[in-house]
Formats: sequence, C-alpha cells, structure tokens
Amino acid sequence: MSIAEQTVATAQAPGGDDIVLDVRDLQTYFFLRRGVVKAVDGVSFTLRRGEVLGLVGESGCGKSLTALSVMRLLPKGSARTIHGQVLLNGEDILTKTPNEMREIRGRQISMILQDPQTSLNPVFSIGEQLREAIARRTGGRTREVMREAVEALRRVDIAAPEQRLGQFPHQMSGGMKQRVVGAIVISGRPEILIADEPTTALDVTIQLQYLKLLQRLQQETRMAILFITHDFGVVARMCDRVAVMYAGRIVECGPVDQVFDSPSHPYTQALIASVPKMTGTTERLYTIEGQPPSLMDLPVGCRFAPRCPHADQRCLEVYPPSFTVGAAHTADCWRMTAG
Amino acid sequence: MTGEFQIDPPGEPDGEPLLRVERVRKHYPLTKGVLLAKTLGQVKAVDDISFTIAAGETLGLVGESGCGKTTTSRLILNLEDPTDGQIWLEGTSIHGLKGDALRDYRAKVQAVFQDPWSSLNPRMTVGRTIAESLIVTGWGDRASIAERVGDLLDQVGLRQDQATQYPHEFSGGQRQRIALASALALRPGLIVLDEPVSALDVSIRAQMMNLLKDIQARDTVAYLLVAHDLATVRHMADHTAVMYLGKIVEHAPTEALFDNVLHPYTKALFSAVLPPRPDRRQDEIVLTGEVPSPLNPPSGCRFHTRCPFVMAQCSRLEPELREIAPGHLAACHLHTAG
Repeated sequence: MSIAEQTVATAQAPGGDDIVLDVRDLQTYFFLRRGVVKAVDGVSFTLRRGEVLGLVGESGCGKSLTALSVMRLLPKGSARTIHGQVLLNGEDILTKTPNEMREIRGRQISMILQDPQTSLNPVFSIGEQLREAIARRTGGRTREVMREAVEALRRVDIAAPEQRLGQFPHQMSGGMKQRVVGAIVISGRPEILIADEPTTALDVTIQLQYLKLLQRLQQETRMAILFITHDFGVVARMCDRVAVMYAGRIVECGPVDQVFDSPSHPYTQALIASVPKMTGTTERLYTIEGQPPSLMDLPVGCRFAPRCPHADQRCLEVYPPSFTVGAAHTADCWRMTAG
Repeated sequence: MTGEFQIDPPGEPDGEPLLRVERVRKHYPLTKGVLLAKTLGQVKAVDDISFTIAAGETLGLVGESGCGKTTTSRLILNLEDPTDGQIWLEGTSIHGLKGDALRDYRAKVQAVFQDPWSSLNPRMTVGRTIAESLIVTGWGDRASIAERVGDLLDQVGLRQDQATQYPHEFSGGQRQRIALASALALRPGLIVLDEPVSALDVSIRAQMMNLLKDIQARDTVAYLLVAHDLATVRHMADHTAVMYLGKIVEHAPTEALFDNVLHPYTKALFSAVLPPRPDRRQDEIVLTGEVPSPLNPPSGCRFHTRCPFVMAQCSRLEPELREIAPGHLAACHLHTAG
C-alpha cells in the first residue's frame, strides 16, 4: 500500500518528515591481515514511516552486515564502518556515543534475528525478559508492567500468557520463541524494526503464521520494517519496496510489483528466473554461471559483469551509476542508459 | 503381445521395484534414569509407512521438521533398524546384513546431506575424499582410481586438477558437488538426498538441481529426495509422498499431486508456499498451533487437532491411506466417506 501515493523516492531524498531512516553511502569493511573485505561498499536507502522495505540477496552480499552497521552492532575487532551516514529522524547515529546508542536500540530501532535462541537469555524467564523491555520504556510500577507483559504476549498470539510468563526459552518451540522475541520488540514500541531472516529457521506453515503476525503488528504500530531475506516469496508477501544487493551494493531498488514484473538489472532478472516455481514448466532451471566475486578482490567495473550475459567493455571498466527506470525504481546497469 | 497380461516396466524384469518399504515403524523409547531405567513412552518417529522407488526414478518426501522424513532416510541407509516392518532392495531384505553383504549394500545406496560444510573431511583433499569408497572396496589400482576420480569431477562440473585441493578452498555449491561425486563413485542404484539444496543460495541451487537431473538421466540412478521445499520437489520428483507426524498422509505422481491436492495438511503446506510474485496471492490456509509431539500423537487422524475440515469421526478413527484417484493415495476421511 501507499507506494503509489508516495511520489518521488530517490535514495537521497531530503529528510522529509516521513523518512525515519536514511542510510547514505554506507561502507563497512573488514580489515584482516590478508586484506580488506569490502562487505558493504556504498549502500544507500531510505525507509519511510510504516513502510516495509525488503533487502534481498545471496549469502555474503552484505545484507546482514548492513543491518548490523545501522544498529552499530558490528562484530568486535576487524569490522568498521569507515564511511557514510545513518540518519535516524535526521540525526546521524554513527556519531552517537555507546551510551546514547544503547538508548536508541530497543526504543527506536529493534532487531529480530534468524535464531530466536540467540535473542533470548536462557537463564531468565520470558516474563523477566519482557518486563525488562517494558520497564526500560515506562519505568513504571510492577503491576502495570506485568499487565503490559501479559498483553504483549497476547498480541503475538501466545495462548495462556499468564502461565507462559514463568517459563523459560527452552520450554518453547522455535516458532513460539520467535513470537516471544516479537513481543519483546513490540513492547519497546520502536519506530524501526530490522528483521534479519526471521523465518528462515521456521517450518513453512509456522513461517506463514509468523509473517501474518508481523504484518498485523506492523499495521497496528505503523513501524517501519527493514526485512532482510533471501526468499522472494517472503518479499512478495511482506514488502512494499525491495532492494536487491549484490557484492556489497544495492543494484536495483523499487516497488515490489515493478521489480518482480519487470526487473531491470540482469542480476535481478537471473535471480528471479532461477527460483523453482510452483506452476509452469519443470524443465531445466535458469542458472547464473560462475560465483559471486571475492569481496577482497572486487572487479573495478560492474560487480556482476563477469557473470552477466550482456556485459561489454564499459561494464568491465566503470561501475554504472543508478539509473531511474520507473517511478521510484532504480537500477545500477549501463544498459539502462539506452532506455 | 498375445498372451501377455502384464508388461513389466523397463529395468524391472521381475516387476520388483528397486526399493520397497513395507509397513515400517521406528519407535524410540523415551527413558528416565540410567540404572533401572523406566520407559516413559515411545517416540513414534515413523509409524507404518510403505512406498516403493523404481530404478532411475525420484521419490520426493516432503514434510515439516519432526515428521519423520529424516528417520525414514536413515532407515533406508541402513543406519537404523526398524522397530517393525521390512525394507527390500532389489528384492533382498536389507536387515541383518553383515560383512560383504553390508558393504555391497553401502555401495548401492549412497547419500548426500544438507550441510556441505560438515559432510567433508577438512583434512583430506577432495580427490582423496572421492576416492575413499573406491579404495575401501578395492575398486581397482591406483591409476584407475585416479582416472575414475577425474571422471567424477568432470561429471559434477569441477576441474580435474581441483582433486588436490582441500574443502575449505571451495564454495558451498562446489562442496555439494564434491559430496555428490563421492556418492556417485561406486555407481549406486539409489542416492538419498537429504535437503541437498536448501543450504545453497538461489542461483547455486538451480545449478545443483539441473546437475542432479542430468546425472539421473545419464546413469539411471534413483533418488529419494527429502525436502521441505515443494517447488524443489516439483522440479525433481516423479512421485511425491507427504509426511505428517510419522505417517504418509498423501502419495501421488508429482504432477497429479500438484494438480489436485487432496489431504488438508498437504493443502495447508501448499498454501504456505509463498509465490515469488506479489500478484499471485492465493487463499491461505493458516494452520493454528504447532505440530503435536510424536511422543503422544493425537488419536484418530493425527492432523485432526489442526485440521480446518475436522469432522466428528476424525478424532476417533484413524484414516487409512487409500487410492482416491489412479495412483493418488490419501489418508483422510473427507475422501473415503464420499
């Protein structure tokens, strides 16, 4: 919804008041003894209030590291964000102190990870973990916090929430733990939720339950979601817009139906064509030859050029700029100059 | 043709399929205590399943975690003995095999597992890994083994000179090719593919699926494809069996199944597949609750606790797997009643 109404959406749109997150030219590298791994190399996107933006790509394309850079939760040691801005309601959070960041996380930006086990503390009951999240926001009294905790569990469709409060993570199934994480996130009332493959570890029928739940919560709270996934089905189901990443860069970005119906970048086209379908022919699947490039030794030109059936000399030599290919739809491909 | 009543399918001169699984159960006792252990109950991982796989054919086995599909593949690989029931390969029972007979069986039935990172020995060159089964079975001398390894690498789309490299030098998709090459080494009749592509990226997944089909077309090897992704199964399998809580609830030629889903659980599984197109949104059957514990499966039809079409008899009477349409079996009272 609402994409049609939103007129212009360029990556560099000035901080209009419905833009909650504006990431500009983000570069996060790993500095290793063997060399520099350019995992996120010039990523820009915006997220509007109440919008769901999908970030898709294959493993190693930098989508998770983009999220961790925004949260400023990079793995300690070698990884550093060396360039760019992350504007949260117009304020660059890359310049915040660790204490200020701690206030922002959970309150303004929250995150759901693939494995709910890593988000929950095994030695505390889920009631205690929920109460902590609620009390940090309200600072309120025990009785109100308790009532709100029960309410939070009810909102994520957990039956008999009063009893569940006393239970520990290991007493729950994966789907239920992921819902508890959802309850904790919601109780912090964040403006932005970053969901990093939240359903990848779940079975398909449980995945559908969870996606419906997330969608309902999103509509109730009007929070913006950055939805990271490798699954086009999930993107189609959940997102308003989608950004496709390849080798550390966003190569195409636009409204979901436009990108899916008329993908512009050859990588997006190939990726969509190679997914096995539930209808139509079962003949040979389309394949992309070769492997993604090493992030330590990136091609100078377009990163997809070595695997691209349309690549010419220019593609190999110069990285293409973002061309506008439709309303709020951009693609980094030299072939777009003609059209 | 006069006087001939039955025409045997090619490759099965005596009408016996490559693999026959008959009324197999696998129950694991749940015990408490070490000495004087008490048995608290039985986890019915696989409970009375039957199917066959013909030579050169693929059977897809679909279901969610805990439905017993991995236990089924372990039973077929002869890594576990069934509590009850029989499995035959080429007409011979596979139970109680010892010595050479067991080694023979291991040569005929191979496996490729989900995780390409854990299925290869990191300290062995991939050439050695692929040659391992050839060496163990005394397949030939050094030179002929080296030649066979080269051929296998060719077959799976790797370069012959990569035989001297170690697993860490390969990507996930390439490792899965190496695992496949070593499974193919002894020219098996059946390969158990346990989620062979689910750990791979989308673009690599398509390469691997095409490769598996090419190899099958050339070597007439049969596959038991254990997978949770229906679209993968649709592309690969000739027949598909759907499992729920240790039971096969529906079994049909893949095309027939995808054309006309009969069992409500299969319907729910199908509707949970998210079409990779935003405009193709379908009616969704969202199941409530989660898969019950196989320790204490529901009475009657095991799916009745979550079934949107549940009837009175479902909780009392266990439906049998019956042929509803030619070759299309389903275990559901909705279809047996009418």
